[in-house]
Amino acid sequence: MSGDVLAALRDAAGDADAVRPAGAGDAVAGVPARYRAAPGSTEAAAAVLRVAAAHGLAVVVAGGLTKQDWANPPRRLDLVVDTGRLTGVVEHAAGDLIVVVRAGTRLADLPARLAPAGQQLALDAPALPGGAGATVGGAVAVNTSGPRRMRYGTVRDLLIGITVVRPDGVVAHAGGKVVKNVAGYDLGKLFTGSYGTLGLITECAFRLHPLPAAGGYVRRPVDGEAEAGRLVAAVLGAQLVPSALEVHAPPDGGVEVAVLIEGTPSGVRERVAATRRLLGAAATASDTPPPWWPAYPWRMGDVGLKLTAALSGVPGLLTAARAAGRRHGIPVRVSGSAGTGVLYAGLPGAARPDAVARIVADLRAATAAAGGHAVVLTAPAAVRDRVDLWGPVGGLELMHRVKAQFDPDARFAPGRFVGGI
Amino acid sequence: MTTTDIGTLAATLRAVLGAEHVITDRQELRTYECDGLAQYKVIPALVALPGTAAECAATVRACVDAGVPFVARGSGTGLSGGALPHADGVLVVTSRLRAIREVAPADERAVVEPGVINLQVTRAATPYGYYYAPDPSSQQICSIGGNVAENSGGAHCLKYGFTTNHVTGLEVVTPDGDLVRLGGRAPDPPGYDLLGAFVGSEGTLGIATEVTVRLVRLPESVRTLLAAFPSTDEAGAATSAVIAAGVVPAAIEMMDALAISAAEAAVRCGYPAGAGAVLIVELDGPAAEVDAQFAEVERLCRDNGAGEIRVAADDAERALIWKGRKSAFAAVGRISPDYIVQDGVIPRTALPEVLRRIAELAARRGVRVANVFHAGDGNLHPLVLFDDGVAGQAEQAEEVSGAILELCVEHGGSITGEHGVGMDKVTFMPRMFTDDDLDTMQLLRCAFDPRGLANPGKVFPTPRLCGEVPGRRRGAHPAQEAGLAELF
Repeated sequence: MSGDVLAALRDAAGDADAVRPAGAGDAVAGVPARYRAAPGSTEAAAAVLRVAAAHGLAVVVAGGLTKQDWANPPRRLDLVVDTGRLTGVVEHAAGDLIVVVRAGTRLADLPARLAPAGQQLALDAPALPGGAGATVGGAVAVNTSGPRRMRYGTVRDLLIGITVVRPDGVVAHAGGKVVKNVAGYDLGKLFTGSYGTLGLITECAFRLHPLPAAGGYVRRPVDGEAEAGRLVAAVLGAQLVPSALEVHAPPDGGVEVAVLIEGTPSGVRERVAATRRLLGAAATASDTPPPWWPAYPWRMGDVGLKLTAALSGVPGLLTAARAAGRRHGIPVRVSGSAGTGVLYAGLPGAARPDAVARIVADLRAATAAAGGHAVVLTAPAAVRDRVDLWGPVGGLELMHRVKAQFDPDARFAPGRFVGGI
Repeated sequence: MTTTDIGTLAATLRAVLGAEHVITDRQELRTYECDGLAQYKVIPALVALPGTAAECAATVRACVDAGVPFVARGSGTGLSGGALPHADGVLVVTSRLRAIREVAPADERAVVEPGVINLQVTRAATPYGYYYAPDPSSQQICSIGGNVAENSGGAHCLKYGFTTNHVTGLEVVTPDGDLVRLGGRAPDPPGYDLLGAFVGSEGTLGIATEVTVRLVRLPESVRTLLAAFPSTDEAGAATSAVIAAGVVPAAIEMMDALAISAAEAAVRCGYPAGAGAVLIVELDGPAAEVDAQFAEVERLCRDNGAGEIRVAADDAERALIWKGRKSAFAAVGRISPDYIVQDGVIPRTALPEVLRRIAELAARRGVRVANVFHAGDGNLHPLVLFDDGVAGQAEQAEEVSGAILELCVEHGGSITGEHGVGMDKVTFMPRMFTDDDLDTMQLLRCAFDPRGLANPGKVFPTPRLCGEVPGRRRGAHPAQEAGLAELF
């Protein structure tokens, strides 16, 4: 039986080397797989997924393997679809400021292709350990973002077209290759942050931005969360249009506020000077980012959370996060985009699961009060057992219905997503 | 739908909304027979004007119970017939939902009801130093709810994006009649981005009853120039040069000679005489950046053949430069008894080729085409001029208008950049998307609206059969609940 499935998958992929029995290294978050397929085209991927559908295989998509420890482990797993052969730039139309890339392409490989034209895909999520770095498809599926989201937005703002293979093996496109386009539903948004639960992303079209000619950082240490909040509000209220406005709060030390200014050389000089005046005498300017920028405030094996808040709630959230750590005797490291209301918190992986659970509860209360959410992105198994990683989600019933339409047999990344989806 | 059925529904709705907010008189209904695309007219069976979100939900529930389709309408300015009523259905008009609930500059958000007029949001935010960026040409009358449905753009979306980039929270009435909150003031809510899917869904996934929008800090500096070129070729080359130089203007707008003469006749905007094309380029941002880049834009315009370049010295001069552009659609009425406003998108680099092809098409069919467009993002608004009094001209104009969309698709563009598919472009959807693409989009539709009651007949040429229809109320159908539990 299993030999038949393997043969059918190989036949579908059109390349015997593209499919093999899964090994120990193919387990996803500790769940072993039976087969691994690395189709070389959207069509081959569709054929593979039709076989998977016919045999009722549970599927998880694997890109750069940098975030396989994020979210819940799959409830079951048969087939890992590796996007490692779905790579390369399909089209870079420099004059139109767009790029079409295959989903398995590494984000880190794009600058070499785009920078010569003076362009960038403005996604700057912090790097994570694991292989050669995150893929385009992985960044879309998990919706990662970085400091410069303040100026350029996130995946949902940059993704203008998408090609996917549905769980039933049907290939579908939405959006297109032009930035301005309101024809049909924006399925790119639906797939952004869907954690592989709706299908396989094979190709993405993005809008690009010009690379700024110059950039400069201004940073300042502050006494506490309230002072950080005051400075963040001052920067937001000024008309300096920063590209990023970050806070960094290690568990034991003070807080630091940092601003990235990008633009023309003369414009950046003036705006960096104005930002220094705004932040006060203790502010310093440099051409290079602070050493902590950009990084998630945790290491592999730790507990990592994403905390969101309405902008005015950011100082309160920062205060609450550090207070929760002190209250439960666990060091909580916080950093993130104070300018957009997205913070990250890291707790040591060795921390007692019950204490972590209490901190998560405190953070859920604090983010809810600030109009946001606390999501546990990654955590050791002992913590997962104690904590609902996703927390409360609005519109969950509709999400279940969307899932039921796209993946009625719940075969794609089952259980990884919100509400057990 | 029989008269008795509509009578029963009307009685139900009168009890919920109050008699004065339910319209069944045929003469009064006629007020609502079309939106901004006036060549399509349908008189709805009934018009409901809910005054609260709860009343809106109750209206939709009454429609569901009666099995009657419903269509949402804001200000009725849409240009694709998205708010065209259903003859046997209820038109749900949001014009009474016009409260600005909160302006929260510290959160960079405003919370408004769907009937609030676009420009009112900016007016409410300006005293705090903020504004609402999406600025469709109809911003003085169009509603935020309509903007959400259509994912409206505007002249400044080149730099600032569309409605979808500026809505962070919604309360919607689902096609089941439930009130659901999606997103809020904070970014990145967990779960599927249903908010992103809803914006631009043209009323087919429900009705927004509250909208949380992003407010943008007013720029320190705004500078605008008008450059005259011998033809659209040079103006197009200048546009490409500006983009290639890494400048992202707030707006780059182009008008060709025919559009200029129409605007001149209508509003005497005083654009340079004899120009074959004009470009309006606006930069905004920190003064230090704007000044540096503005000089470069001026140089690039000259290098690409600009004759006269006018730089607005103050707000009044800026308004005058924009006056010609903003009045262009209506102005065409001065030079032609009838016209079609088309909306298509091409990759910006295909501009010269597409404009040539449009001119050939027009010449062959014996109609004139005036071109007004958002040059920065390749969004064309060709105005196809004709005289309905001349036999056959309307058909010729329709053919040219349709052929322009074919050109857009052929060049890898889109059949609509901001006006929406509505009912006007339903038949063009298969030109741009495969059957599988459309079928996949409708999976989303089936999740929200399994009965197909929300704005049926719009966007998709062939409705998908959604299979099992879940119960309207949670828990109303225990078997279904059990089925769901099994599925997930």
